[in-house]
Amino acid sequence: MALDEYKPQSGDAELENKELKYVGTTPDRPDGLDKVTGKARFGADLSLPGMLFGAIVRSPHAHARIVKIDASKAEALDGVKAVVTRADFATGLEGEYGFVLENVMAGEKALYDGHAVAAVAATSALIARDAAKLVEVEYEVLPHVTDVDKAMAEGAPVINAAYADASVPEGMHPNVVRHHESGHGDVEAGFAEADLIVEDTYVTEAAHQGYIEPNACVAQMGSDGKGELWVCTQGHWYVQKHCAALLGMETAQLRVTASEIGGGFGGKTTVFQEPVALALSRKASRPVKLALQRSEVLRATGPTASASMDIKIGMKKDGTITAAEGTFRLQGGAFPGAPMEFSAMCAFACYDLANVRQVGWDVVSNRPKQAAYRAPGAPMAAFAVESVIDTACNKLGLDPLEVRLKNAAHDGTKASWGPRYDQIGMVATLEAAKAHPHYSAPLEPGQGRGVASGFWFNHGGETSVSLSLSEDGTCQVSVGTPDIGGSRASMALMAAEVLGIPYENIRVTIADTATLGYNDVSHGSRVTYASGLATIKAARAAVEKLCQRAAAKWGIEEDAVKWEDGCAVPSGANAGDFDPLPLAEITATMGSTGGPISGHFEATPEGAGVSFGTHIVDAEVDQETGATKIVRYTVVQDAGKAIHPAYVEGQYQGGAAQGIGWALNEEYVYGEDGRLQNTVFLDYRIPVASDLPMIDAVIVEVPNPGHPYGVRGVGETGIVPPLAAIANAVSNAAGVRLKSLPMNPPKILEALEDQAGDA
Amino acid sequence: MSKVHVTTSINGDSTEYLCDPRETLLDVLRDQLNLTGAKEGCGTGDCGACSVTMDDRLVCSCLVLGVEAEGKEIKTVEGIAEGETLHPLQRKFIEHAALQCGVCTPGILIAAKSLLEKNPDPTETEVRYWLAGNLCRCTGYDKIIRAVMDAAAEMREAA
Ligand code: FES
Ligand code: FES
Repeated sequence: MALDEYKPQSGDAELENKELKYVGTTPDRPDGLDKVTGKARFGADLSLPGMLFGAIVRSPHAHARIVKIDASKAEALDGVKAVVTRADFATGLEGEYGFVLENVMAGEKALYDGHAVAAVAATSALIARDAAKLVEVEYEVLPHVTDVDKAMAEGAPVINAAYADASVPEGMHPNVVRHHESGHGDVEAGFAEADLIVEDTYVTEAAHQGYIEPNACVAQMGSDGKGELWVCTQGHWYVQKHCAALLGMETAQLRVTASEIGGGFGGKTTVFQEPVALALSRKASRPVKLALQRSEVLRATGPTASASMDIKIGMKKDGTITAAEGTFRLQGGAFPGAPMEFSAMCAFACYDLANVRQVGWDVVSNRPKQAAYRAPGAPMAAFAVESVIDTACNKLGLDPLEVRLKNAAHDGTKASWGPRYDQIGMVATLEAAKAHPHYSAPLEPGQGRGVASGFWFNHGGETSVSLSLSEDGTCQVSVGTPDIGGSRASMALMAAEVLGIPYENIRVTIADTATLGYNDVSHGSRVTYASGLATIKAARAAVEKLCQRAAAKWGIEEDAVKWEDGCAVPSGANAGDFDPLPLAEITATMGSTGGPISGHFEATPEGAGVSFGTHIVDAEVDQETGATKIVRYTVVQDAGKAIHPAYVEGQYQGGAAQGIGWALNEEYVYGEDGRLQNTVFLDYRIPVASDLPMIDAVIVEVPNPGHPYGVRGVGETGIVPPLAAIANAVSNAAGVRLKSLPMNPPKILEALEDQAGDA
Repeated sequence: MSKVHVTTSINGDSTEYLCDPRETLLDVLRDQLNLTGAKEGCGTGDCGACSVTMDDRLVCSCLVLGVEAEGKEIKTVEGIAEGETLHPLQRKFIEHAALQCGVCTPGILIAAKSLLEKNPDPTETEVRYWLAGNLCRCTGYDKIIRAVMDAAAEMREAA
């Protein structure tokens, strides 16, 4: 089906009423065995004959002109086979390709601590690292800035005077590169109606996606201009397109295979070392493995943006929000692209507001280029907005869930970001949270409870799936979205449901770029929705052919055959005329009855249903040390329809845990010198098992009309409410409002002291 | 630098290799012996993805030099199952959906196995503290803890 032809059809809903046999069950995942025995091959797990190892030379300066690179000593080292610099990449790239190339390998200037300036390939990893140290780079150090508010201020060092686009009004600092405004109604009139106005500024620090598998790949370029790349990525077609552009080669000549992927969370939706590995391989005429070290991951791959936000909310005594306004300043590193419009658009999306206005600013600074991190932009906005709502509830003595229910967006609400909502689950998640025993459980002394809601758009994206049947009645499904958290299982469940054959008889493979049509990245919570929809449609196409074969065999009309429980069955006037014909009997003779039976589907589905969640958190704050312990945590989120509920729960729990890290502990710490100070996991501390309680996951199911089984993406929404929910819990426990993340012990102590000083 | 000859045992197989004195056991396992089950998540002893046992002691193989394996018995994730029969921990991890991406799984299985060998009946808190050196970014640990507790219960019953 052509791209523009596809519209979510109401006919898709037909299956919802049918009893589902496979969808909604929790079988073992197909790749489970490989992953518990160490057989699964991740990015760094492939070795090729004659393979070299790469290492990247990185800038120790936050901002510096590259005066000269002298690689002669490195090249002279025994075992070194190639050194590359910017001169080994394509020239004249513009727009996003230009930014990506500049980030992957610096040109005239190093723009942040850790920015790649050269790379080497050698016969062992140790030699490559030694050689990297021998590359002599002469820098002219420039003034730098790493803070979002300082980067916008007068006199801040300019990162690149040509960045700003037409959306930026005159008179702004050149580091302000994009501007966004949206909303509806009349906020001034709305504020005039309010009994209470709360206005405050909130800030968050950058956090890293923190995937446990560092970015890694194995590249092989031939002198014939053809290349192969094995890489842990969320989207190998994206990698193919970008690497080809950066190397100046034709897209189709580069075949990219996605390895197993050890976490991404948005951070592996772009390229970092992949083009470098290809350039090294091209120069050395040998395969090159390039696996980043953890410190390189932290210094030079995308963390999320940091944010500074002003929120103003007007509320009536009964809890009705009369107006809401927010300004979101996001710093996304040395390139345009901080997701400030998502912050702005998601900020008030949970609510049905008559008057709302949101403004976003994209600011550049001397930090690594931000990359998407789970619902990019939304968690920080929710932190600010939901904290302000909580403040208002406390001041007016209102129950925070009741206030959210009173203002909740519902079917037909005009969203703060423009469209009218279809069928949505905001109210359902609030009701489920209110009914959860957690919400009414008593608190111990020193503990506080926080609630917060969150929103994420979800995404469709270009999708191709191909499905083929074997003579013995088994089925192979090729999808193009890397399996980050059990999606092979979901695809097999959906195919099983349509075909009516056992889950175990279906094998799902992540196809490489040469064997399937284009697929957008595994991002935007799109995989179960979009690849799932495509799998269902591909399976239906195969079923249609199966029915045709049965009709031909029986000598009846094609539309007199229906598909039931894995069999072709005569229907209508012919009902009962013939015995049901099982799938395996049709495929057994398919070679002589018309040829192989397969189904495929290509489209850009646009019916990804938006998703809402509400979290409840109990936190205990030690007033002496400022340390916080999360004692109880409940996630309530709308999944539309959970295909494999255990993996849906896993997404909820993982999102909450990442949120806990971001709220309490994780941050990018830059020194006065502009260098990142916490470049290892010991200092960039993500939550460990002993930091966390069990995380209760409640799946609400308000079907998405845009998917045959009602699926909404579930991957991202789970990280939107936690920062706010935890901040509300901590603030309620400590008796003082925390307005800056992370809420680590020094910050909590400072807030307590400030409050004591004020009193 | 000239390489050192090492004789060791890996998952019960006697093994010899030559390694640079600076090379870690993790690099030797992965790059020389093609045992890529142990993963490098950090290289600094902070993530536990590279966990193996050396003479039954749980270690981060990124903090052990290849030469230190001389005369020792090394066990890796590849040696946990007995032939086709999975270890109860491996089965329970699949059953409880205790892995999402699965990159932390080899290290966590090795660490959990070594816990259950010392303490067959751990409390939730004991499991959480024992596994505090193994980072998982995907799961929030909930299902991992449940899988370990469940495996322990099953192993106690079988014992
Ligand atoms: S790689 Fe050894 S502890 Fe992380
Ligand atoms: S399952 Fe991905 S890090 Fe644990």
